[in-house]
This record gives sequence, structure tokens and C-alpha cells, in this order.
Amino acid sequence: MGAPTSAVGGPAPRLLRRGAAPATEPDAPRPRGDRVRRRVTDNLTAYAFLAGGLLCFGLFSWYPAVRALVLAFQQSNSVDEATWVGFDNFRLLFADPEFGAAWRNTFVFTLLALVIGFAVPFALAVLLNELRHAKTFFRLAVYLPVMIPPVVTALLWKWFYDPGPGLFNEVLRFLHLPTSDWTNSTSTALVSLVLVATWANLGGTVLIYLAALQGIPGELYEAAELDGASLWQRIRHVTIPQTRFVMLMLLLLQIVATMQIFTEPYIMTGGGPEDATITVLYLIYKYAFVYLDYGSACALSAMLLVFLGAFSALYLRLTRERT
Amino acid sequence: MRTLVSASVLTRPKGRAIYWTVFGGTVLAFVVAFLFPVYWMVVGAMKSSDELVRTPPTLVPEEWHPENYKDAWGTLDLTTHLTNTAVQAAGAWILQLVFCTLAAYALSRLRPVFGQVILGGILATLMVPASALLVPKYLTIVDVPIIHVNLLNSPLAIWLPAVANAFNLYLLKRFFDQIPSELLEAAEIDGAGPVRRLWHVVLPLSRPVLGVVSIFAVVAVWQDFLWPLLVFSDTSKSPISVALVQLSADAPASQLIAAMVIASLPMIALFLVFQRHIIAGIGAGSLKG
Repeated sequence: MGAPTSAVGGPAPRLLRRGAAPATEPDAPRPRGDRVRRRVTDNLTAYAFLAGGLLCFGLFSWYPAVRALVLAFQQSNSVDEATWVGFDNFRLLFADPEFGAAWRNTFVFTLLALVIGFAVPFALAVLLNELRHAKTFFRLAVYLPVMIPPVVTALLWKWFYDPGPGLFNEVLRFLHLPTSDWTNSTSTALVSLVLVATWANLGGTVLIYLAALQGIPGELYEAAELDGASLWQRIRHVTIPQTRFVMLMLLLLQIVATMQIFTEPYIMTGGGPEDATITVLYLIYKYAFVYLDYGSACALSAMLLVFLGAFSALYLRLTRERT
Repeated sequence: MRTLVSASVLTRPKGRAIYWTVFGGTVLAFVVAFLFPVYWMVVGAMKSSDELVRTPPTLVPEEWHPENYKDAWGTLDLTTHLTNTAVQAAGAWILQLVFCTLAAYALSRLRPVFGQVILGGILATLMVPASALLVPKYLTIVDVPIIHVNLLNSPLAIWLPAVANAFNLYLLKRFFDQIPSELLEAAEIDGAGPVRRLWHVVLPLSRPVLGVVSIFAVVAVWQDFLWPLLVFSDTSKSPISVALVQLSADAPASQLIAAMVIASLPMIALFLVFQRHIIAGIGAGSLKG
């Protein structure tokens, strides 16, 4: 566990106190000048080590974060000088019908992704943890989609979803079930994207749950069984409470990740049909790189930042307390 | 190890029957859900264009056209795009390893004044969703402050932002924190300077975490789409992920699918080779924000 910071708070961690006092402390008192010089050299060395990292963080994290907030209140494009416009960018966004659609879709997407993407990996992990054979096969298979580049996954599923010769409708026809328009209909497009995203990302979640399940002491199950707890009761009273912390972590992580979805709608639907799959990040992209209105794009980014920053802060706080 | 179901239950005939049914069902479900789509892609690329759109589709191609892969490589100029991706990933990997290690070592072991403030600033970036910085980061790349250089279409546009990875830096720092101070003090008494201590004491002990960071760094670049889409307007500079989307409109379906398989192969190979490290790293990676 690292050192505490005022940014997130939390108690001073153990390791810092146990870890050595700065090794530069001299045993015997030395002349004052020497000590000062020593301290200066030590700090210069340390900052030389830090220089490259600090430069990159400054240029690509800290400066852009400040700039995003400034640009949100400016009118800015690639040609003219930026001018202050107060809340005009926000007003413009609120008047845009795509703005409401983007937030609505993003929320629905996140909600659906949680309904499907939260329960399924947990159930799979509990199941896999009980299987005593072919463990490597299961792990490799479930993680395979995660390693396939997201662009390939999106193109692959676009091909599967094709209402004509697409694989999924073929299978439905073979089973004598009604076919679907998948991404081509406003009512099913969003769900279709959630299915792709779940397929692509489930493996990582399953493996994290598996690791958590392996940390549960066997005696707990033993004791529960002696008390006559049924299988379901053991899951309910042992497995779930023991993995609650990991569940909370993954819940926060998933919210942050799914609310930034872009690749799937961009490649598979282009935000359509009729704005049914436009997302907040997609709209940011549109404002910045299609309309070339950086100010409004940043105003929308700032909204997303405020919303997701809270979840990230909570997540970070929890991990720091735990570790 | 004792899990939800006890071993004794499984030895009974009824338990055994249920176990093997569930096991068989799970294997089947995994094959259908995770392996079949990949099989369909690999084999689909070897069908003729007619066969690819035929209904009902063929499970095994009637005519094999492995040359689709060769054609895709040629027409879609995969040499260029794969090389671009490899260059971008390698550079991001090396720079991240060098600069994040140096910075983590300084924050963990050299403890400069304001070190805590800097660490706080680095951790604070974990709270900023990447997409909120998309536009201002792009503007920084277009016109780097002070030196006023345009990094569009340069691999530096991938490499430098990759260094600003708070998660990997924090992972390294945490690992360095756990190295016993006695080792470093002994080295210092022997007259080893900070560089020697890093190189001869810290790094040899840190192989596992360096491996995890390396894999994360390479995979992240290979999988990324939106950022390279923005910073490589010149198609000949773009990585495979962006190229696939740009080519998907015009390329014949079988060639596009072949290209998709080719784009996935390096990642799947990486996974098969380093699966132990990757699966171990996911535990640490669950902290990723």
C-alpha cells in the first residue's frame, strides 16, 4: 500500500510507518552545510528520476484536465481564437435532442450491462469453482473474447447480427424461432450492443470472481453444511457475503467502464437507428470531431467527469482502505 | 480445497451423475459461446464470397480458400498496419516501463520533498474518466504547449500519453514499497548510488510486477481504437484496429474477416504464452480504474 494523499484521504498505511525512515539520515551529527547540501543533491536526484513521468502526467493528464474545465466555458474550434461564453455551451447541449438521447441510452446501456453483466459472471465463477476438471480449458475459453481486439469483436458481431445471412438469424430460423432485426431496429439495437459488450468483457470479471472465491475459507462451508444449510443457503450466507467487497468494486468499475462505451456503437450502428444507440462519449466525439465545437464537447466531458468522478473516487477510497 | 459442494457428495452415485451432467453442459456452453464464434471467423475467412452469404450457411467450407488470407494481407496492406501497431505498442511499452519505474522508484524510495503531493496528483488522475480528457488531450497533441510541435500522425502521440498511466505507476510503487529496506540500506552502505540500487536490487526483485505492467502496456495499445482513430489521420500511419474499420467499407467480406483473424492472432498468441502471468495479473488488474 502506498503513501497517503490529501486527494483521496484515508489513514496513513502501515507500510509507510514500517518502511525505513529516509536512509539519508546521518548517524553522527555533521556540519550543517554538509547536511543541507546532501538534502539538495538527494532531492535533485529524486526529481531527475521523476522528470520523464512528471512531464507526461503534466502534458497528458493534469493540463488537459484543467483545460477541459476551461474550454467548457469557451467557444473554441480549430480556427478562431477561443472566447469566453459562460454557460452557452451547456445551453446549446441541453437544446440538442441528441443530448437527451445520449444520456438516456448511456444510462439504459449501463443498467442493462449491469443486469446481464453482473449476475452472469458471478454465477459462472461459482459454477467454475465447483468443477474439478478442465480448469485450464474453462479459463482460456472464457478469457479468449477479452483478448480479441474490440474492433474485431464489433466487426465480428456486426456480421453475426446481419439480418440477412447473419449467423444469429440463421440459428433462430433453424430452431423455428422468430428472427430479429438486431441492431437495425430502434427497439433491439441497444440490447444487441449490450450483448456484444458482455460477451467481450465477461472473462475478466469471471476470473476476478474466481480469485475471490478461492479465498473463501472452506471451514465456512463445512460449518454451514453441518448446520444443515442447503446449497442455495450456503451461496446466500457464505459465498455472497464473502465476496461482497469484490462485487462492490466490480460494480463501480463496470459503471465507470460501460458509461464510456464508444467502439461498439461507432462501428456497429453509427449511433442509429434514429439515435437509438448514441452514447455520451459518441456525442462528445461528434461535437469535437464532426461539428468541430471543442467548447461544447468539453462541456459534455465535464458533465461526464462530474458524474463518473464520484464513482471513481468511491472506488479508489474503498481499495485504499482495503489494501 | 473445500468449496461450496463437498467432495463426499460428489463420490455418491447421484452426486457424480449431477457433476458430470453439469460439467458436460458447461463444456458445451463454453464451446458454443466462446469458441464457436472464433471458429466461425477463422473458417469464414476461407469461404468463397458466394458461400459466405449463402443460406443456410455451411459449417465447414465446401471449397477451401486459404488464399483469402494471403489476398487480405496484400490488398489491405497488413504489413504496414501491423508494423505500425507493433511500433506503437513497443514504444509505449518501453517508455512506460522506463519512466514509470523511475518515477515509482523515486516516490517509493528516494522520497523527495513534495513526493506525497505528486503521488496524490497522480492518483487523482485515476478519478478522471479517460473520455473526459479526450478532446483536451487531442488539442495537446495537435499543439504541444511551450515547444509548439504537432504530434499528429507520429507514434509519439501514442507513446507519451501511455506513460501517464497512474495505475501502472501505482502498481510499481506499491511493489517497490514492499522490498525490505535492509537490502537497500546494505547496498547504500556498500556505496551503491540510487541508480545502482534500482538496477541491482529493486529491478531483479520486481520481475513479476514488471511482467504484469508490460503485458498491460502492450495489450492496451493493441486494443485501443478511439485514440489512434483521432491521432492518425494519415491512413498509412494507422494501427491495425483503425485500418480494419476504415477498410471494412470497401474490402470483400472474406478478406475483411481474414484481416480480423490476423489482427487477433498476436493477442491470442500473447495470451497463450503468458496466460499464467495474465491471469495472475488480472487479480492486481481488478484494481484498475
